[in-house]
Amino acid sequence: MQAFAALVDQLTYTRSRNGKLALIARYLQDTPDPDRGWALAALTDALDFPAVKSATIRRLMTERVDPVLYTLSREFVGDTAETASLLWPDPPVVQATGSEPDLPQAVAALHAMTRANVMTQLPQLLDVLDANGRYALLKLATGAMRVGVSARLAKLAFAQAFEVSVDAVEEFWHGQKPPYGPLFAWAEGGEPPRTDLLPLFRPFMLAHPLDDLQVDLKDFAAEWKWDGIRVQVVHVAGETRVYSRSGDDISASFPEIAATLDFPAVLDGELLVRGNDQGGADGGAASFNALQQRLGRKTVSKKMLAEAPAFVRLYDVLLLDGADLRELPWTRRRAQLEALLPRLDPDRFDLSQLIVANDFAALTAVREKARDDAIEGVMLKRRDSPYVTGRRSGLWYKWKRDPLLIDCVLMYAQRGSGKRSSFYSDYTFGCWNGDPDDGAEILPVGKAYSGFTDEELKMLDRHIRTHTIKRFGPIRETDKSLVLEIAFDSVHDSKRHKSGLAMRFPRVHRIRTDKPAHEADRIETLRAMVR
Amino acid sequence: MGSQPLPFDWIRPEPWGIHIPPCGVWIDPARPVDIALVTHGHADHARGGHERVFATSETLAIMGLRYGVGNEGVAVGLREPVELGGGVTATFFPAGHVLGSAQILLEHRGERVVITGDYKRRADPTCAAFEVVPCDIFITEATFGLPVFIHPPIACEIDKLLSALHGNPQRCVAVGAYALGKAQRVIAELRAAGHDAPIYLHGAMEKTCALYEEHGIALGDLRPATVAARDEMRGHIIVCPPAALNDRWSRRLPDPITAMASGWMQVRGRARQRNVELPLIISDHADWHELTTTIAEVNPQESWITHGREAALLRWCQLNQRRARALAMLGYEDEDD
Repeated sequence: MQAFAALVDQLTYTRSRNGKLALIARYLQDTPDPDRGWALAALTDALDFPAVKSATIRRLMTERVDPVLYTLSREFVGDTAETASLLWPDPPVVQATGSEPDLPQAVAALHAMTRANVMTQLPQLLDVLDANGRYALLKLATGAMRVGVSARLAKLAFAQAFEVSVDAVEEFWHGQKPPYGPLFAWAEGGEPPRTDLLPLFRPFMLAHPLDDLQVDLKDFAAEWKWDGIRVQVVHVAGETRVYSRSGDDISASFPEIAATLDFPAVLDGELLVRGNDQGGADGGAASFNALQQRLGRKTVSKKMLAEAPAFVRLYDVLLLDGADLRELPWTRRRAQLEALLPRLDPDRFDLSQLIVANDFAALTAVREKARDDAIEGVMLKRRDSPYVTGRRSGLWYKWKRDPLLIDCVLMYAQRGSGKRSSFYSDYTFGCWNGDPDDGAEILPVGKAYSGFTDEELKMLDRHIRTHTIKRFGPIRETDKSLVLEIAFDSVHDSKRHKSGLAMRFPRVHRIRTDKPAHEADRIETLRAMVR
Repeated sequence: MGSQPLPFDWIRPEPWGIHIPPCGVWIDPARPVDIALVTHGHADHARGGHERVFATSETLAIMGLRYGVGNEGVAVGLREPVELGGGVTATFFPAGHVLGSAQILLEHRGERVVITGDYKRRADPTCAAFEVVPCDIFITEATFGLPVFIHPPIACEIDKLLSALHGNPQRCVAVGAYALGKAQRVIAELRAAGHDAPIYLHGAMEKTCALYEEHGIALGDLRPATVAARDEMRGHIIVCPPAALNDRWSRRLPDPITAMASGWMQVRGRARQRNVELPLIISDHADWHELTTTIAEVNPQESWITHGREAALLRWCQLNQRRARALAMLGYEDEDD
């Protein structure tokens, strides 16, 4: 446990990406199985201990420490696991008879905990660890290590440690479970793990933003960018799974998709709900909001299946009838995709149509119309591009429509967590519900956590601290004097918010210190942008 | 409790200092006054512009570096009562915070009030140790007044620093430390741990280090970092103000490991905000354990809390059936400790 705790600690304080890579690589080289596998699982957020949640830790702490002192501490520290690791009372020496567990023992103990016994079992582990060990254990138990390491970075470190290609690591990764014995065995010169026996997730090919670039449509094909969620539908050995972009299995939420693919294939597409918001009747897709109602459900009612039927608009085919097509140029994969369409249920699958445009200028004109058609934007794919993992430059581009903008008033603020734990960085903003000179009020319309620079964050934090009029626990209400120009991708009707509207991807675009609050926009302006 | 009338009418906490009306004296005032008693030389407690200043000779010397204190300074010996007029007597006792730091005991009509200024209970080779002074009202700081703050023994942190240094002979370790007190304590502790190599100083540290040496605190071989060649500093410790760590100044250093000596380093988020790679939990303030045991040992009728995380210390007093109130004091800064 100490080596893992030390790794977590060093990663916390190492700023450079190369420094982090080197630390993880050295740990993976120097640490035996299965310890290193569990550590890798922790870094890639592949562990889940349902009995141990942040609320469990809070409950444990308030049994041992005065709740007010706990809350004040938690608010200052900004992290439950860290607060608990610091506040955990050292046990009397006579009681601490247990020896410190190693990482596999700690993982086994966490796995064995149930909601019924966690309140007695977790303390036994905490009692035999020091503050750094407690921190690493609680982070491991609750997920989100917060050491500035993405799953991708951990895989890169794995590749670096054993001098194997990261694409191969990605390919084999998804068939493996912690502590990844076969993966380490392969990386150290053994046989590669089998990938053809299970419906495995294959990492997605992603696109770069086009920004100010122009491309030649002789080399690039254009298609619409649909606003749903990117999915991969995999059928192997009689089983079909639907994977989200992060590789999560979401088959249970979309049984109508999983039920209809019945030949071996790996398909890439956009999961959408039937409707006519995006691209009108021809587009045939409802807004993202409609899809959102169906996300994250473990079971789906018949009513929901009838009211919001899902389908996949296909972009690409990776594997088909046992053949791996990923090395082929996009044009040949596209031909195979078009050819296989008759084998699919037309209610559940259709083809993402290509946009016909003679040149870039014509395409620009088509894209400018995207806002009216409520389409998210345009994709550009190099005609000779193989299907490669991740975001490679020069192959695929996304060209989103320009964001919508609206001037809102800052209403409430809350502190961030981790690196932002002392800054007010989460903002709720609102618009006028009528004429401000005629007694109108500001109603909240959304929340933003991003879009500002570090300097702007400091400025906003200062503004909030000096313009607070009320506090509700960790939330500060400001005097509603600051105008924020908010950028967002689209806005939809929503029952969740008081204003009846919900924005997609709102972020702080500019701080309008030059604009008085009464000149901020009204809700009706925002409502007019609903598509 | 906080809204109850004050028990003594001769002492008044104001946002800019503690006022003693019978003698017209202020303690650590944040604005110029006729007569100021100053607990210690940090800029947030010792400001310039007063007509007369009572402080320890070390504190006057420190103030002299900044403001050129002259005739207005009256040196006060430790444990020697000074008549302030109006029947008020002041006596200075060591506070263990930095060189010259003192608590001030005020007596009037048999009633006793102690103002700690900033203090700590840990041993510090650069200043006299805190003494428990019994009193009726104990006016305490609470900079680290949260139970998460338990400062580890300084030897552990000095070990951490030295092993980072020895593990990276091609680099250097840049230690961000408050220029008055923290820097000299870290250097003195390094010397005590047997580290005899030259230590390089940022220009902001040079005068205060020289002042400490004049007061008999040996700091060993100190050299200015500003004129040193880059390669000469490889494998060495550089001490600079925290703000210089992420500043252009640090670009002159050979591949520095960024360290910071501060009580705030106990919290990961704080260390990451400051881009610190090697957090050293070294504080010149009392930690939670010291704050609470000191209140228990002094055992006053009432504790007043001047600045810091007063809500938690108030709660502790409440849980332990001790009368306490928080004073809303302005301008005491503690970000760099």
